[in-house]
Amino acid sequence: MKYMLLINAGTSAQDDDACTVEDWMAYDQAVREAGVWVSGESLADLVTATTVRVSKDGKRSVTDGPYAETREVLGGFYVIDVPDLDVALDWAARCPGARGGGSIVVRPVADFGM
Amino acid sequence: MREIEAVFREERGRLLAALVRRFGDLDLAEEVTSDAVEAALKHWPVEGVPPKPGAWLMTTARRKAVDRLRRDRALAARLAILQVEAERNAYAPPADAHDDLHDVPDERLRLFFTCAHPALPAEDRGALMLRCLAGLSTPEVARAYLVPVQTMAKRIVRAKRKISEARIPFRVPGDDELPERLPGVLQAIYSIFTEGYAASSGPDLQRLDLAEEAIRLARILRRLLPAEREVAGLLALLLLVHARRDARTGPGGEPVLLDEQDRSRWDRAMIEEGAALVVTALSGGPPGVYGVQAAIAALHDEAADLATTDWPQVVALYDVLLALDPSPVVALNRAVAVAMRDGPEAGLALLEELAGEARLRGYHPYLAARAELLHRLGRRPEAAVAYRAALEAAGSEPERAHLRRRLAAVEDE
Repeated sequence: MKYMLLINAGTSAQDDDACTVEDWMAYDQAVREAGVWVSGESLADLVTATTVRVSKDGKRSVTDGPYAETREVLGGFYVIDVPDLDVALDWAARCPGARGGGSIVVRPVADFGM
Repeated sequence: MREIEAVFREERGRLLAALVRRFGDLDLAEEVTSDAVEAALKHWPVEGVPPKPGAWLMTTARRKAVDRLRRDRALAARLAILQVEAERNAYAPPADAHDDLHDVPDERLRLFFTCAHPALPAEDRGALMLRCLAGLSTPEVARAYLVPVQTMAKRIVRAKRKISEARIPFRVPGDDELPERLPGVLQAIYSIFTEGYAASSGPDLQRLDLAEEAIRLARILRRLLPAEREVAGLLALLLLVHARRDARTGPGGEPVLLDEQDRSRWDRAMIEEGAALVVTALSGGPPGVYGVQAAIAALHDEAADLATTDWPQVVALYDVLLALDPSPVVALNRAVAVAMRDGPEAGLALLEELAGEARLRGYHPYLAARAELLHRLGRRPEAAVAYRAALEAAGSEPERAHLRRRLAAVEDE
């Protein structure tokens, strides 16, 4: 069963609990070595984001942003393949992004029986 | 017939748990459990109860499941882990997993942890337990919670869908996870109990007694986890509080406070059982929140009246509880006990210290306790103001009626 771990970075950057690059590297290595890694990316800063919408008449609108409206910003993701939600939650809890005011949203990847 | 149905209430949860274990799918397990129970209700009154009723139900349910999976290829494919062929073989439970009364292994502990999984909404966990483990139908659960059947059905369907689609496992957490997961299970059972009490003054006398369902669930859990002292503590607490049920309300449904209750109407047998469990709960390790609350309830239950209650001991237990659960509500209860031990002035001083707590703002037990202590100190105008404030905050009509009587008493003096 595949789960996406959506990593919401905390905004409290100077938190004592904030994690280091080494933490992230160790976690990434652990996910890969456990054989559960499917994919994963870290996203560039939110100021580089652009939003596209297409209206009913096919007109494209491109805007800068979005800017963070909530306190948490999607900073990256992992897709892991594990037997059940408990195992997925364990991996989420180990992720450095879960600390320092951040959070991980765990979502099952829809399975259309293909 | 009714007797057979009563037997099924408990047997049903057991059967369901075994089938969930077998098939890994709650919906399918529920469906074939109902089929098997229906078949038993049809055959047993005529042909007699089979020598191994559990195995009979299990075999019948398994056959129904196999039929169902033959018809529904999509479901069969989804349950890829299921090996239909293997199901045709005789079901052989491990020898140590069943006792004389039951011939099906007990898999209910898994189901307790699934129903109380932290990934499910807290308000649905109790309902799921009643549905899956207490053997209640959805309309019965809805009636018990005083919500429309449609509303409850939606909540249960949504929770089951999450279990299935997010794949919340049917498993007992390992020893290392148990301290983190068990409190959730206990909390779900306790919330069923308190829900039963909160709504016990409701107009619908036909509704199921949630407090008794909670006690039933706690008993099952106690049998499944005999070494967990907090499970003993929870069962003790429920019994020791429920023992006062007949004296808790007056003829008009109004609440009768502890000091005015007719203690001869307390259930002595239930108190004895609860008190024995308190000893278990508080022996052999650090105390837990349910064990300590049960010990406090036991002190009340064993006292002849309010004056001879062992208040120093009650305060000491609240000190322990406050260390385990430093919440303003516990502090409020401690202040009330201090007022009994050292007099209303001491209690009131503690209450005033809590005045800034956000959780106690507009919390009517706090306002009522403050009014009561002002009244006892003879500060009548202040007591009247405080009773009015409590009246504004109080929820249920019987509680309001009680506060109105107290207010009238102050004004008449």
